[in-house]
Amino acid sequence: MAKDNVTNEFRLIGTRPNRPDGLDKVTGRARYGADFSLPGMLWGAVVRSPHAHARIVKIDTSKAMALEGVKSVVTRADFPTGLTGEDWNLQENTIAGEKALYDGHAVAAVAATSKFLAEEAARLIEVEYEVLPHVIDVDDAIKPDAPVIREGAADASVPEGSAPNVVRYMEFGRGDVEAGFAAADLVMEKTYKTEATHQGYIEPHACVGQMGADSKGEMWVCTQGHWYIRKMCAAVLGIESAQLRVTPSEIGGGFGGKTTIFMEPLSLALSRKAGGRPVKIVMSRAEVLRATGPTASGSMDVKLGMTKDGKITAARVEFRMQGGAFPGAPVDMALYCCLAAYKLENVAHIGYDVMANRPKCAAYRAPGSPMGAFAVESLVDEMCRELKLDPIETRLMNAVREGDVASYGPKFGSIGLVEVLEAVKQHPNYQAPLGPNQGRGVAAGYWFNHNGETSVSMSIASDGTAQVSVGTPDIGGSRASIALMVAERLGIAYEDVRVNVVETGALGENEPTHGSRATFASGKAAILSTEQAIKEMCRRVAKEWGIDEEAVDWSDGAAHPAGPNAGKFPPMTLKEIAANMGSTGGPISGHHESLPDGVGASFGAHVVDVEVDPETGRTSIVRYLVVQDAGRAIHPSYVEGQYQGGAAQGIGWALNEEYVYGSDGRLQNPVFLDYRIPVASDLPMIDTVIVEVPNPGHPYGVRGVGETGITPPLPAIANAVHAATGSRIRHLPITPQKVRSAMKAAAK
Amino acid sequence: MNYHVATSFEEASAIAAASKGVTRFLAGGTDVLVQMRAGIVQPDDIIDIKKISGTDVIAQNDDGSWRIGIAVPGARLGAHAGFGSDWPGIVEGMELVGSTQVQSRATLTGNLCNGSPAADSVPGLVAAGATVTVVGTKGSREIVVENIPAGPGRTTLEKGEVIAAINVPARGANAGDAYLRFIPRTEMDIAVVGCAVNLRLEGDKVVEARVAVGAVAPTVILVPEAAEAIIGTTLDDAALAALAAAASAASKPISDKRGTAEFRIEIAGVLAKRAAKIAYARAKGEK
Amino acid sequence: MSKIHVTTKINGDEVEFLADPRETLLDCLRDHVGLTGTKEGCGTGDCGACSVELDGTLVCSCLVLGAEANGKSVNTIEGMAKGEELHPLQRKFIEHAALQCGFCTPGILVAAKSLLEKNPNPTEEEARFWLAGNLCRCTGYDKIIRAVLDAAAEMRETA
Repeated sequence: MAKDNVTNEFRLIGTRPNRPDGLDKVTGRARYGADFSLPGMLWGAVVRSPHAHARIVKIDTSKAMALEGVKSVVTRADFPTGLTGEDWNLQENTIAGEKALYDGHAVAAVAATSKFLAEEAARLIEVEYEVLPHVIDVDDAIKPDAPVIREGAADASVPEGSAPNVVRYMEFGRGDVEAGFAAADLVMEKTYKTEATHQGYIEPHACVGQMGADSKGEMWVCTQGHWYIRKMCAAVLGIESAQLRVTPSEIGGGFGGKTTIFMEPLSLALSRKAGGRPVKIVMSRAEVLRATGPTASGSMDVKLGMTKDGKITAARVEFRMQGGAFPGAPVDMALYCCLAAYKLENVAHIGYDVMANRPKCAAYRAPGSPMGAFAVESLVDEMCRELKLDPIETRLMNAVREGDVASYGPKFGSIGLVEVLEAVKQHPNYQAPLGPNQGRGVAAGYWFNHNGETSVSMSIASDGTAQVSVGTPDIGGSRASIALMVAERLGIAYEDVRVNVVETGALGENEPTHGSRATFASGKAAILSTEQAIKEMCRRVAKEWGIDEEAVDWSDGAAHPAGPNAGKFPPMTLKEIAANMGSTGGPISGHHESLPDGVGASFGAHVVDVEVDPETGRTSIVRYLVVQDAGRAIHPSYVEGQYQGGAAQGIGWALNEEYVYGSDGRLQNPVFLDYRIPVASDLPMIDTVIVEVPNPGHPYGVRGVGETGITPPLPAIANAVHAATGSRIRHLPITPQKVRSAMKAAAK
Repeated sequence: MNYHVATSFEEASAIAAASKGVTRFLAGGTDVLVQMRAGIVQPDDIIDIKKISGTDVIAQNDDGSWRIGIAVPGARLGAHAGFGSDWPGIVEGMELVGSTQVQSRATLTGNLCNGSPAADSVPGLVAAGATVTVVGTKGSREIVVENIPAGPGRTTLEKGEVIAAINVPARGANAGDAYLRFIPRTEMDIAVVGCAVNLRLEGDKVVEARVAVGAVAPTVILVPEAAEAIIGTTLDDAALAALAAAASAASKPISDKRGTAEFRIEIAGVLAKRAAKIAYARAKGEK
Repeated sequence: MSKIHVTTKINGDEVEFLADPRETLLDCLRDHVGLTGTKEGCGTGDCGACSVELDGTLVCSCLVLGAEANGKSVNTIEGMAKGEELHPLQRKFIEHAALQCGFCTPGILVAAKSLLEKNPNPTEEEARFWLAGNLCRCTGYDKIIRAVLDAAAEMRETA
């Protein structure tokens, strides 16, 4: 089918069959990271810094090594030197070198014959530290006299004379911002802050690594991307990528947090030193929170100009974000996304990536976008209140449409923002009456979506069923969506397609399941692989019929003569073709690898009603609506699931979740008791509307649905709390005590 | 670590007294196992006391008072109609501890001995005037509940001493109690502030009261000034305001990850008012 | 450190294992008995992924010592289906797409089964509070609660 001609009629797309891995997952059979074990396996444990910033003076491992049953110990001395750039960052984060850079930073690791023994040995490793001054908050870290985390980490973008912890700087925009502000009836400028949060996947990181003295290795690991694990482990360990074979387990949630490495290289290094015995490392929840990759935290200035009827005349944003003790805070993404919903002529963006003594941030669902949305969508709401404008009408007035130039530069292709906003207006939740102490908030959100390196194979079995090999781990139902698309194209039953997530030895490099790309990119590659197999089947049928290849068409699971001129032949079904393939030329398969083009961006808008207890400041969610453009919902249940899950994470971020550090720089809440993600009783049902403005860049119109949904909740809830209390909270999370303080201040 | 199963409190006490290292008694285990996992405590001897006969019993004495075994989990306490009708405030405090799963294991005694100032079941016990029976190597003694915690994570119990039962007074007529806590979520949090009110009425007038507040001091505190603020009143607005002011005034909390001192002081007053209204309604026989 | 000989009945089968006295029931199920369907999400009783029934009572197996299971019966996710026949909750979870990553699913199913045995007709609010100790990060709980209520309805009809 032509790329610009999206199919609209389907046999299977848009239905809701049971997921292929459902049975394994409701019976406890599905094997996750910690469920693998191997003969002769050792257990690993990691020694972690209790200090936010400290020079490592000495590491004495002798007592640990003397313990019976301890088989190996590794420190940074066991890793190669001379790495540069992100490879060095990854190695430094895997195991500290000269300095421990945050509370929880790995300093040494040990492997022993049991879990308890490994833990005991870890306690016997003596590390002498010289504690250094530390810095946690982004606004402190950017000060000129802040403790210096590392000299020379800044890249060429950072202007001469910048504060020492600024490692990247960016500035872009267009038009004349000052003229735009001058043309406005109302100009407002406010500062907003967000605290670091964690993806909070329920499955802690776990792996079993095995590597011999020949530096050939294997690994079983829960990850969003096993080629990334392979590449990164190889770089950190100084081994050859292709000599490491990585098999992904089922994955117990990732949300971006499992797209990189943490303790995986340690298990391989320990294994090599222990004579090649496999080493299993399973993180505790405290290790997950202290030492994996939470989000950045942000401090953001926003200035907007608006006419009295709601037209935005200019926007200027300046964001400062810390992403831990390494470069990489997603301040660029935050800047790109924050104003994407608005058609702007005059706009300026400035961003600072700042280091602080915290763990190296990783991706978290639409990295950067929720923070930027919190700042911009809050201020848009504040201005709508000031000017007594409807927040949806105002967004419609300024909404970007196909062909508009995005705030961050590129020209939008087909997008569905207007359709989303119209659907919000039509929804009963937008009109529902509010009770006492209740308020309604709305906000929009954006994510680019992503393609990424993709390699997929499919093949036909002799009974006419099909198998598909993909390299993107299935986090939330992508096996089902890919099976639906392949079955749709082949014209066979959904149940006759098996989608396997295969190991690194089976395909070319694949990027992880990230960026909302699995159903788009692996899906598109699976369809293109299927086209290839269909082409081969048509070729064989043409040969059998003695007609031209082009005179054979594929539909309804069979080859047909393409038209009356092609000749009269009864259709030859996939089953028949498959049964004879041994004699018609051998196996039939298809393969596709590319950076699939045609990514379609996704807009969403949320409506939330909250109730605030005026005496305690506690906010509860009364009603919640997610409206988002999916392009095409291949399996609507899992699209809804992404919307609901994103909203729930955003609700947690808005109300309760935050990294709390003590004055000593130690994380105060590395347990689920105090890192408070939403529980079942915190939430109402989450209503969803799937808007479908098909993406012309995908054969079935898919955009990708995972990420946009986490961006609107932060501002939508802040806007709703303002409506309920008359008080504006500009610093997340919106805790009861912040609400009470704001209400008391407002009453004065 | 040695795992012991005691068959009597005397035996449990003797094992603990003889231990040369760190000991922990195991009833529900919902705090001890968490601390072991976090590496906060590595016991040398863990003494399982829930197999001692009678420890799973909730018994009412002839005078109407209650004796609650140390191994009675929250779910069993909550399901006991008689005790729940007498002391709903104690029950609702205990039932707020942890999840459904934790309720199957966690006990009043464990909640008390964990020594947390934020323990949800303790304010209710203190407001009720409950006591504990303590068995040691030198015999047994009875101690009022408010004297057990010594500060965060510590109790006044001596080495070899173990709590053998919790004793709750007879309810008596025209009386009611209530416990409320404030948490940011709806479940699964540690109290930012907790408050229990226990009162008795003559007609519409409060004639006896005890008010206990949690998470505003190193231990759960009994606040006589708060009780005095409502004794002799019909719990009118002025009395409620005085109660709130007294509860707040007695609060000397710290600021930590769960709340600022200022917020806790304010919420102590809010909860005292709300809990008092519920206790009053219960004393009047309203649901 | 000497180990403790533990005899239990797990999903109806007599099982013996040697437990380090420090090991939790969760550790024993996963590392000694080979039942890895029960998950560890936190090890501190905050997430419910390790939910099992101990003598018919819903517990977090991370908060029970392995040694305490001696002489008791344990039911895990692996014992929930009867042969090929899924428990209605298992079926409804698949039908309602009540799982995404599936890691919390075993614990939630065990906990929900315990709810429906106690309360065959729970309200949405009762189901939400009963399951408050079972964290799910993927779904926002919506489809989980719908699946539980739908399974309850079906079980009431067929009861």
